[in-house]
Amino acid sequence: MNPTLIRLVANRLATGLLTLLLVSLVVFFAAGLLPGDVTEAVLGQSATPELVAAMRETLGLNRPAPLRYLDWLAGLFHGDLGMSLVNRVPVWQLMRDRLANSLILAGFATAITVPLSLLLGITTAVLRGSPYDRATNVTAVSLVSVPEFLIATVAVIIFAVELQWFSALSSPRFGSVEQVFQSFTLPVLTLACGMIAQMTRMTRAALINVLDSAYVEMARLKGVRPVRLVLAHALPNAIGPIVNAIALSLSSLVGGVIIVEVIFNYPGLAKLMVDAVSTRDMPLIQACVMISCAAYMMLVLFADVCSVVSNPRLRHG
Amino acid sequence: MGEVISLSEQRPARARGRFRWHAPLAGWVGAGLVLFWAVTALVGPYVAPYDAGEVVGPRLFAPMSAEHLLGTDYLGRDMLSRILDGAYYTVTLALSATVLACLFGTSLGILTAIRGGWFDVAVSRVMDALISMPHLLFSLVVIAALGSSMPVLIGLLAVTYTPGSFRIARSHALGINAMDFVQVARARGEGTGFILREEILPNMVLPVLTDFGLRFVFVVLLLSGLSFLGLGIQPPRADWGSLVRENVEGIYETAPAVIVPALAIATLTIGVNLFIDNMPRRRRGAPRA
Repeated sequence: MNPTLIRLVANRLATGLLTLLLVSLVVFFAAGLLPGDVTEAVLGQSATPELVAAMRETLGLNRPAPLRYLDWLAGLFHGDLGMSLVNRVPVWQLMRDRLANSLILAGFATAITVPLSLLLGITTAVLRGSPYDRATNVTAVSLVSVPEFLIATVAVIIFAVELQWFSALSSPRFGSVEQVFQSFTLPVLTLACGMIAQMTRMTRAALINVLDSAYVEMARLKGVRPVRLVLAHALPNAIGPIVNAIALSLSSLVGGVIIVEVIFNYPGLAKLMVDAVSTRDMPLIQACVMISCAAYMMLVLFADVCSVVSNPRLRHG
Repeated sequence: MGEVISLSEQRPARARGRFRWHAPLAGWVGAGLVLFWAVTALVGPYVAPYDAGEVVGPRLFAPMSAEHLLGTDYLGRDMLSRILDGAYYTVTLALSATVLACLFGTSLGILTAIRGGWFDVAVSRVMDALISMPHLLFSLVVIAALGSSMPVLIGLLAVTYTPGSFRIARSHALGINAMDFVQVARARGEGTGFILREEILPNMVLPVLTDFGLRFVFVVLLLSGLSFLGLGIQPPRADWGSLVRENVEGIYETAPAVIVPALAIATLTIGVNLFIDNMPRRRRGAPRA
């Protein structure tokens, strides 16, 4: 580690925190934009002016917005995410299990997509222009441009309705290997398709960039064997962009998971968030968004740091 | 003076050469699909065999037949008419949002490249902040706050995709801005508006158009995703995403009502992607956002 590197990382970290603060501002004050508020949504038909006023009082909605914002922010730092306005229980209690479920789903998807897309990306880059490369490329373009719910729908029709291998709904169960397969195959498959396509394309582009450079040509001319050429000469210089591509695709998990959890009725964080949007349960939405954004930022930060660390000019600069 | 004239005379000749298009088959397939859906979105509602809201038969999730070419939906409405009607919403909504995003993003991008200084720093920071929130997440917050209506959706999609367009335009414009003919124009005393319009923009038409296509695909995907979640176009109107959502129960009968709208989205987005992927001289590995 040298000073330049530390400064770069610290800089990125500060930018990330600043952005997160900006996000929190947007998220918090977005709640104030809506006409009518949560008291009406909760009370529904039974909302009389007196009831609304009383409820606003108990929920602390009468205090000025900047004060409530500071309170909320201070709470976030203590791990106190506030109370759900609809369920009247602490937000964290609602989120705890859901968050774990979502992380498990994302973990499975990552474990499958990363090695597979590295393999596909490297082989297509090496065999550039071959029928294998072109077929993979067209498939990848198609998968990237298709919405997740189409992949999910097709997967359900094939595997749940026609073949009846898996159930069309998914809940995390870990009783046996069979149960794990039962509950995760379809959601993970759906998530993985788009991510593999994206990562493969970016890995291929990054590696081809390096393969086209003069020093690789030189190595080839001096008779280095193809496998060694790719693994020892070209790949180390492509690692930065590749890790970046992987982290960026992983961050698209944050969006993909929302659709997948809704389709398969999977009890994860994203499902909770979508439900909260329809009931306008703002503390819950705010907490979900802040956690997802923090996760997203961490991935982007990780990618940045990796591309810096893998670049010798910056590492020893 | 003679040099200036010869510079401006060279450009049109180069531009003409660029658009001779020797595309591979995939490119033509893409162009065909794009043209097909463009025409459908324009004339669709007028050639629909039934009214999109009319319940035409007792049979729900009917299979394809001569009477109802694409079957019927969960209420027994003619699916072909609903797809044609949905094409109008999906295509026009996504198109207007994309046009807004690209117009705004590109002009801001070129302006920051020309002006530089604090203006550049300020705009770039705001764009970075906007881009750092996952799109679907951002949309959920906005819709939770403002509710879902057509103007909100168009504005939301435009704002979401402006930063990406801005970044690409800015990086291209920075390169062009440093070239001799821009310096010449500036020395000649041309204003910012003239340089933007006449000197820089014509030289980045192709990357901007490519970016426009990509962004259109993203917008269509996000819009249909939102509609699929029930947060996009609200009933009784329906775009293709809402059509998939409405008819999702039909999945167990493999009804065309759930498959066809999904296929419609896929053919549109794949078509656009194939088309721009096979455009001439596309710069691979150009910054994507």
